[in-house]
Amino acid sequence: MSDALDAAGPQAAWIARLWWISLWLCVAVFIGVMGALCWALWRSHRTAAAGGDAPARKDRALRILVGCATLLSSVLLVGLLEVSVLTDRALARLPGKDAVAIHVIAHQWWWEMVYQDPRADHVFSTANELVIPVGRPVVVTLEADDVIHSFWVPNLHGKKDLIPGRTSTIAFRADRPGRFVGRCAEFCGVQHAFMAYDVVAMPPDGYAAWVQHERSAAPEPQAAAAMRGRELFLTGSCMLCHAVQGTSAQGRRGPDLTHFASRAHIGAGSVANTPEALARWIEDPQKLKPGANMPSHFLPPADLAALVAYLETLT
Amino acid sequence: MSDAATASQALDAGSRAELARAWSDPPTLKGWVCTLDHKAIGRRFIVTALLFFFAGGVLGGLMRHQLSAPGKTLVGPDLYDQVFSMHGTTMMFLFAVPVMQGVALYLVPLMIGTRNTAFPRMSACSYWIYLIGGLTLFAGFAGGAGADAGWFSYVPLAGPQYGFGKRSDFWNVLVNFTEAMGLMVATDLATTILKMRAPGMSLLRMPLFAWATLVSSIMIIFAMPTVMLGANLVQFDRMAGTHFFNPAEGGDVLLWQHMFWYFGHPEVYFIFVPALGMISAIIPTFARRPMFGHQAIVLSLISTGFLSFGLWVHHMYATNVPELGKSFFTAMSFMIAIPSAVQLFCWIATIAGGRLLLRAPMLFIVGFFATLMIGGLTGIMLGAVPLDLQVHDTYFVVAHLHYVLIGGALFPLFGAVYYWFPKVYGRLLDERLARWHFWLLFIGFNVAFFPLHILGLHGMPRRIYTYTADTGWGPLNYVSWVGAMVEDASMALFVFNIVRALWKGRAAGHDPWNAPTLEWAAASPPAAYNFEQIPVVASREPLWSPRTDGPRHVTGLSTTFREGLVTTVLDAVPDVRYMYPTPSAWPVVAAFSVGFWLVWSIFSNKGMLIGLIPPTIAFIAWYWPTREDASAEIELEKRP
Repeated sequence: MSDALDAAGPQAAWIARLWWISLWLCVAVFIGVMGALCWALWRSHRTAAAGGDAPARKDRALRILVGCATLLSSVLLVGLLEVSVLTDRALARLPGKDAVAIHVIAHQWWWEMVYQDPRADHVFSTANELVIPVGRPVVVTLEADDVIHSFWVPNLHGKKDLIPGRTSTIAFRADRPGRFVGRCAEFCGVQHAFMAYDVVAMPPDGYAAWVQHERSAAPEPQAAAAMRGRELFLTGSCMLCHAVQGTSAQGRRGPDLTHFASRAHIGAGSVANTPEALARWIEDPQKLKPGANMPSHFLPPADLAALVAYLETLT
Repeated sequence: MSDAATASQALDAGSRAELARAWSDPPTLKGWVCTLDHKAIGRRFIVTALLFFFAGGVLGGLMRHQLSAPGKTLVGPDLYDQVFSMHGTTMMFLFAVPVMQGVALYLVPLMIGTRNTAFPRMSACSYWIYLIGGLTLFAGFAGGAGADAGWFSYVPLAGPQYGFGKRSDFWNVLVNFTEAMGLMVATDLATTILKMRAPGMSLLRMPLFAWATLVSSIMIIFAMPTVMLGANLVQFDRMAGTHFFNPAEGGDVLLWQHMFWYFGHPEVYFIFVPALGMISAIIPTFARRPMFGHQAIVLSLISTGFLSFGLWVHHMYATNVPELGKSFFTAMSFMIAIPSAVQLFCWIATIAGGRLLLRAPMLFIVGFFATLMIGGLTGIMLGAVPLDLQVHDTYFVVAHLHYVLIGGALFPLFGAVYYWFPKVYGRLLDERLARWHFWLLFIGFNVAFFPLHILGLHGMPRRIYTYTADTGWGPLNYVSWVGAMVEDASMALFVFNIVRALWKGRAAGHDPWNAPTLEWAAASPPAAYNFEQIPVVASREPLWSPRTDGPRHVTGLSTTFREGLVTTVLDAVPDVRYMYPTPSAWPVVAAFSVGFWLVWSIFSNKGMLIGLIPPTIAFIAWYWPTREDASAEIELEKRP
């Protein structure tokens, strides 16, 4: 699925290029040194087999060889340093024109993505899902809510830590459409394993349509079950932590669920987003993701079905 | 028997009995517990560290089993976090550092031709501190309070707000235990090496293993206080409500990372440097010629020691440290490869110019070359900022660090065990079993750890307790698990070989390998006093080219008291006579009272203060001069 060497954008491509250069260099050095060791063992063995006493002093030749090898290693290292610094510089020079600004806040153990806009009513947030346009740079501002996390989409760029008390940024660009996986890369507690997000790179028009849709409030439920579900959502404990735009639910402790049904996974990569999985998730998140901050809700079956029906309307 | 060996065995029977009486411990429990014999203390360190190594290995195997397929439920997330934290902490703090110090405690006095280390009471005390600390950590784990924030214990995860229960407190206090141990032994070793070498063993003639020990001891003295301070600051945050690491109150989360890695990176090198010393001791013996480029190796060891303090930020490239600064640390990370390369080339040249004897110790050194090269080269990749940003905190790093630590330290350590075991126990290990051990370890290790490089590139982060099937990580993890089981089998063979040798191994004689350094002039196992007479050294290979003019050993030292010779730092010219301390219960009492204090401090602020009283008393009593010691010294003054 995710592959640091299958670059989908210029940043990952630069790094992959540096990877291949250093890999082949290292392979060459490895073969060279192992060859030298084998030669030395063979020569030493031959001397021993010949039964000679102390070996002839050929230290002069050896000294020259060792000197040359040391010099060569130093030259190779300086060369590699140069390539590394140049790559670093290339990474820092991503053109920032027409950039998409996204604010990412990491929580134990989910991701909050806030799409910035000069117009306050155009700002919207989503969770565990990063949709980006192909061909436009993305500048992500990173903040941690609790402990240290790390933002990492191998196909797009290296990682950047989210550190409490500090704000950092990372910039990248996707050059082809596709679905990628992002993961938390810094150990952040008991559910570090399930702190993933889906990254979807869309063509510009698709992205524009998606943004337009995300800015809109949640659709009104039509079916009776879904309406009952909304009532449960707004009168039960859900709204204490979750927000659904267009309703009175404005909780900020957990993911914003306004367009929940359009997301691919539940629980930051724990399970695929299907109605059955959702029912299991609401009932007992601790079973699917032990230690997650969402409590269990053992609802009557009809209520659970109604709640699922409502959440499934949040496309 | 070579000349130097005969020279050092030249005492009449009466004096020899006196010497044995002066240096032996009474055959009682108290004598055993309070012994100041560096060989006994060194052995204890090594055996205890190996037991912790096996415990850590079991934890590692548990992780490999848990990850061998997606969605396994052998251990849950909470236990898994404790398991990997305990694995790292055990291997780094309770195995790697103490085992290297233990080997050095055993070998250094023998190698440099003296009767004991400079401060044997300190080493005796440090062993018990180490043991109590390690057992405390495992007791916490058994009671459900195992460290669970990784061996790096990053705040805020380990801080007051997110580190639950007493788990991180146990970790912080363990750091105090092991650092106290490390600092005491390092001080003892550095002083011994600088001041107690046999006359004539100038710094230029000092064995490379002693050089490596000196460098690593000095590194320990400079590096360990930072993590000790850091751990105590975290402990203040947790216990006393200070806010050193709380950004909401002006504290800084990154401060901990700087403090930890300023110690953590040199730590890798003070595990690695003693291993380099072992290799430099083994290769000349099995190439049957003096080391090629002895001085170049000494300079490389010293520069490795210095450079290792300038690398720590390469563990922090993904944080928001200034970009330009990171390039400096890339340059430093590359630069430290040069002294390692120099040593590698010198060893290869030594082999090339020698007459090979391919026995088990040498086989492990050859294995070291292959594995360490891979670990070193991936280390260079990790030093480059852009590459590190991709593979940092992934299984690529797990692979890298195991190649460095297993390849760079464990293979040489096993080589050292096969090499020096005959000296320590007077018996030879079985060569065929050793070869099986080597090949199983070599193959098992590579099968277990090579695939992890690829998993890292495929996005598998470290420290996850499970993963879903759609990640595609299952097959390689399964392969890795198979490799880990092969490694386990090799360890079983190793233990079997040792037990078998102790039981019915062939007698080794004092010098089974025809080696060049002084420890092989002593008996196997060495007598309590090491050498009947302190040898005089005139070359780097005293057993190959002994002194031909002038006396070959020191005369006139007391045989009735524990007396030794202090020599000058550079040229090892005899300087003063030195009365070694005699066994005392106080170092042991001090160790236990320190243990009591530290364990109490986990649970109570009061304990941190009141608990200090017993150690204070014990340390004062330890240094209280006794009438016997004073009268012995006065007697020696009168009748030298």
